[in-house]
Amino acid sequence: MQPSPVSGHSLPSVRRIGANAIDTVLRLGYATRFIGLTLAHSGTSFARPRLIVRELYYTGVLSLIIILVSGLFVGMVLGLQGYQTLTTYGSESALGVLVALSLVRELGPVVSALLFASRAGSAMTAEIGLMKATEQLSAMEMMAVDPIARVVAPRFWAGVISMPLLAAMFSAMGVFGGYVIGVVLIGVDEGSFWSQMQSAVDVREDVMNGVIKSFVFGIAVTWIALFEGYDAPPTAEGVSGATTRTVVTSSLAILGLDFILTSFMFSAA
Amino acid sequence: MAPTASSTLIEISDVSFAYGQRPILTGINMSIPRGKVVALMGISGSGKTTLLRLIGGVMKPTTGEVRVNGQCTSELDSAGIYRMRRRMGMLFQFGALFTDLSVFDNVAFQMREHTGLPESMIRDLVMMKLNAVGLRGAHRLMPAELSGGMARRVALARAIALDPMIMMYDEPFTGLDPISLGVIANLVRDLNDTLGTTSLVVTHDVQEALDVVDYVYYLSDGRMMAHGTPEELRANTDPLVRQFVHGEAEGPVAYQYPARDYGADLRMGGRRAA
Repeated sequence: MQPSPVSGHSLPSVRRIGANAIDTVLRLGYATRFIGLTLAHSGTSFARPRLIVRELYYTGVLSLIIILVSGLFVGMVLGLQGYQTLTTYGSESALGVLVALSLVRELGPVVSALLFASRAGSAMTAEIGLMKATEQLSAMEMMAVDPIARVVAPRFWAGVISMPLLAAMFSAMGVFGGYVIGVVLIGVDEGSFWSQMQSAVDVREDVMNGVIKSFVFGIAVTWIALFEGYDAPPTAEGVSGATTRTVVTSSLAILGLDFILTSFMFSAA
Repeated sequence: MAPTASSTLIEISDVSFAYGQRPILTGINMSIPRGKVVALMGISGSGKTTLLRLIGGVMKPTTGEVRVNGQCTSELDSAGIYRMRRRMGMLFQFGALFTDLSVFDNVAFQMREHTGLPESMIRDLVMMKLNAVGLRGAHRLMPAELSGGMARRVALARAIALDPMIMMYDEPFTGLDPISLGVIANLVRDLNDTLGTTSLVVTHDVQEALDVVDYVYYLSDGRMMAHGTPEELRANTDPLVRQFVHGEAEGPVAYQYPARDYGADLRMGGRRAA
């Protein structure tokens, strides 16, 4: 049977688009079921908090260095750039406000979530993917221990708890970096740096919105990382592909969610 | 050997299993008597591991039923399956030790998850289990520091942690040196007899298995081709069984993967045409 020139070329690619679409929808369904199961099987984690504490160490504490150092540098760059721009209008006393608002509202949650995805998220995916590839998850199931309850749920809650804390530390470190550049090195008036910051940054409008963002990013990144690991084909290629997808998908999710959340927060204000 | 119903621990009757349209197992009948070591043999891809998964309740048969200790696995809900698995021990092909836990914590894993025993008692039990596989001195090591044979023995200690009623071994001899292989083979036999469990060994290492087991089932292409005691199997004249037991390259199981004509693959025809 000779395929016509047109269908011979276009049909397979059309079919591939269709197959990809179906595959994407299926994976979304699996991912939704996965997060549902994780939430439903979280009882063990809360009955045995040591399981979460252990993961908090791996996801949170071990991410501290990269978060603090990045926060410091981002704050210092904000100090330099902000001073350059503000002196043009003679309002360098507002440097503290600029640094603090940029960090608390946007840079803190977003940049720390991006760093968290590449530092802790990729590690989670690789670990769970390899546990699956080496039959550790099957072994656990055969020992009548549910891997979702024992392995996935503690990591999920550790990620959700540590993300807002890491973002807060990122912002605090950034404000300190801005202070070092602006006040200590350039010589902006220290009193106005802090007092303008204090009067302009609102706890509910700015700080809370930042916390909400980082909380949502924490859920998204940990969910993606755990699902990719759990769903990874049990081969070297499969795990490496899943790790890459975790970083790419969660970075896009963070930026997309940030836009959505910001537009809601502005329309509410 | 036809075991009577009361002495049968695992009863597989008329079981078929298919992935979608692809049949994996067809009309399997098998019974495993209490206290015996039974081998399930066959070449790679014959459906051995699938059968093990059916017994463990990981999958359910398409038709037929699997009864473990009188309970039909298809009728159990997931809580029931988990309850049943607490009485099963399984040794995975490469051990499947938890790489983030030490040898001690690996063996203690099930005791901590399923029993409320105090740590001091768990310590004693873990040491006893490790002693049974000769690795009491290695309890502080991490899995990455163990050789393949040692890892398999630790996994064995972990599998017998809760004194299971059934021990299942998935290719326990694969990739071991001759000494470790003999050690594991003897452990399978000794543990079965001292703990009073029932063992099912899935393997394609014929000689090692025939030396230690009581009864053999031979699976080929998802069908039960032969069964009997090791002596009966060694004496079996069926060409398929003979080829497998004696490890011959030529026989009903083709060495060559189906291919087109050798000459055509070497493009002899093409050269002539040119």
